[in-house]
Amino acid sequence: MAVHPIKAARPIAAPDIVTMSGVRFAWPGRDGFRLAVDGFTLGEGERFLLIGPSGSGKSTFLSLLAGIAVPQEGAVTVLGTDIAKLGGAARDRFRGEHFGIIFQMFNLLPYGSVADNVLLPLSFSARRRERAQAGGGADKEAARLLDRLGIEPALMKRPAASLSVGQQQRVAAARALIGAPQIIIADEPTSSLDRGRQMAFLDLLFAVVADAGATLVMVSHDESLGHRFSRVAPLESIARIERGEVRP
Amino acid sequence: MIVLRLAWKSLANRWLTAMLTMLAIAVSVMLLLGVEKVRTGARQSFADTISGTDLIVGARSGALNLLLYSVFRIGNATNNVTWKTYQEIAKAPDIDWIVPISLGDSHHGFRVMGTTPDYFKYYRYRRTHSLEFATGKPFGDLFDAVLGADVAAQLGYRIGDPIVVAHGLGSIGFLEHDDKPFRVSGILARTGTPVDRTVHVSLEAIEAIHVDWQSGARIPGQSVSAEEVRRMNLEPKAITAALIGLKSKLAIFGLQRAINDYRAEPLSAILPGSTLQELWGLVGTAETALAAVSAMVVATALLGMVTMILTTLNERRREMAILRSVGARPATILGLLMAEAALLIVLGAALGIVLLYAGLFGLQPYIDRAYGLHIGIEPLKAGEWLNLGGVVLAGILAGLLPALRAYRLSLADGMTIRT
Repeated sequence: MAVHPIKAARPIAAPDIVTMSGVRFAWPGRDGFRLAVDGFTLGEGERFLLIGPSGSGKSTFLSLLAGIAVPQEGAVTVLGTDIAKLGGAARDRFRGEHFGIIFQMFNLLPYGSVADNVLLPLSFSARRRERAQAGGGADKEAARLLDRLGIEPALMKRPAASLSVGQQQRVAAARALIGAPQIIIADEPTSSLDRGRQMAFLDLLFAVVADAGATLVMVSHDESLGHRFSRVAPLESIARIERGEVRP
Repeated sequence: MIVLRLAWKSLANRWLTAMLTMLAIAVSVMLLLGVEKVRTGARQSFADTISGTDLIVGARSGALNLLLYSVFRIGNATNNVTWKTYQEIAKAPDIDWIVPISLGDSHHGFRVMGTTPDYFKYYRYRRTHSLEFATGKPFGDLFDAVLGADVAAQLGYRIGDPIVVAHGLGSIGFLEHDDKPFRVSGILARTGTPVDRTVHVSLEAIEAIHVDWQSGARIPGQSVSAEEVRRMNLEPKAITAALIGLKSKLAIFGLQRAINDYRAEPLSAILPGSTLQELWGLVGTAETALAAVSAMVVATALLGMVTMILTTLNERRREMAILRSVGARPATILGLLMAEAALLIVLGAALGIVLLYAGLFGLQPYIDRAYGLHIGIEPLKAGEWLNLGGVVLAGILAGLLPALRAYRLSLADGMTIRT
């Protein structure tokens, strides 16, 4: 039973930024797990929370959304482009261009400095590089984002591994946001933090996402976070998951 | 570029395993090239030692044995050639020059060779080089000695210094010809051949120091002083071998047959070049085995590298998922892992070359001294670069294995970070 009421409908009439239709997906080589999305849309500027227990297929859903996994059938249209139809290299470039992704934990390359980690996406997207440099240089933009997320500039040269888990998640948020991609995907970003830090992190995340005018898709098993989002939906209301023997 | 820098830092973070892997590759490359260097060095050194000599004559024995003791000062003569026989052979009309040599004594581990001044005139090494005197001159007096370059350098002798010859070949002779000391009359320029480690004296001197000896020991009660011996007949009774130069190469086989069939005494006549070929034929199998073993060592080192990269792969799936999430293509990940393998192999090979030359510089004098092999220190030849290229290529191909695995993993993992 949900503690908070689930906001299942899109609250505002914003233009669609993501549309999924008729999507059928099975992991190659992994027997029996199949995911189907008949119709799903995401409006620009939404803060969308996807609820589901771990192992329910949320990460697969996000993989499809971000073009890391490609459906066997159906269309995943992001910003007017059907990324299921793109070639592998183009899809990777598209993801680097338009998505910022925050993982549950171990978000950073531990050997790199904080600055290296934040600037990493700019190596893969010319447009994000240009946007990051527009305000007086990519380093300055990284410092601004980090500062906004409560990471002091003095930490920028430090190896990422030397930071606390909470700090690492904030650095990951800065990396996701640098160069202003349109969609931020966060896969259980707060599950490695304690309750107090979860709230503080979400406050900061919401603030920087709002600054950038980006759309946020977050996945969590924790329904109690739902009141902070514009839309909350359990995975099963969006996608059909099947397990077991593959049909002939 | 940040990606390359991060890949480098990732490798640097594993520096100990990376270093050891690189070292294993380096040692294997050093071995591979070193075996080849020693092989060609030994052949060159042997081939360079004797040039211009058409035949070597000694007492009947194996051709190799004769060649080794007469030219390379390795091993010992089984028997001698009588002076009478020598003189008979010397009369052959085809002979341009003939130089007798007499071995059996030593000085501080260096062999003493009795010969005639013709030796300095006719001996050739490295095809056309003849012996030259760094200082002094050939022996004029009975007790004059001419030293090879190494003898003079290692024992610190100069012209005029006295030296005492020991009977036999031990490094420390118990029996010394100390009643008849020699005087250094000349020092030869360095040749890079066993000549450098030889003390040359006249045949008569060999005879003189053995006048009062019999069966390897002094005859008790008989002592002939150095002054008395000068007045005696010092014509040698026997020599160890003789080097022969012919007027025409066409006469070589005829004379060789004549000497081998010599009735009065069992003799052997050999062609130095073809006997060396015989030697290479003999050691060829061992060379092939050595080359095969060193190739195996290279393969082992490459396997070690693949293992090292594969074991790090699991902990690096996170790294790869992060790179994929920011837009890296699977091909980029393949490339990064290949680059890592290539870097290890190229650095390993370079370090191997450094170790090889360090080893050559360090061991060359020792090998020269202990085995009489002068291994030339030269830049790598085309064939060796080819071997090296083969190793690098094999390493990069081996690196493909973990790279392809990483590629597959990064495709299958998707958004999930597995640690």
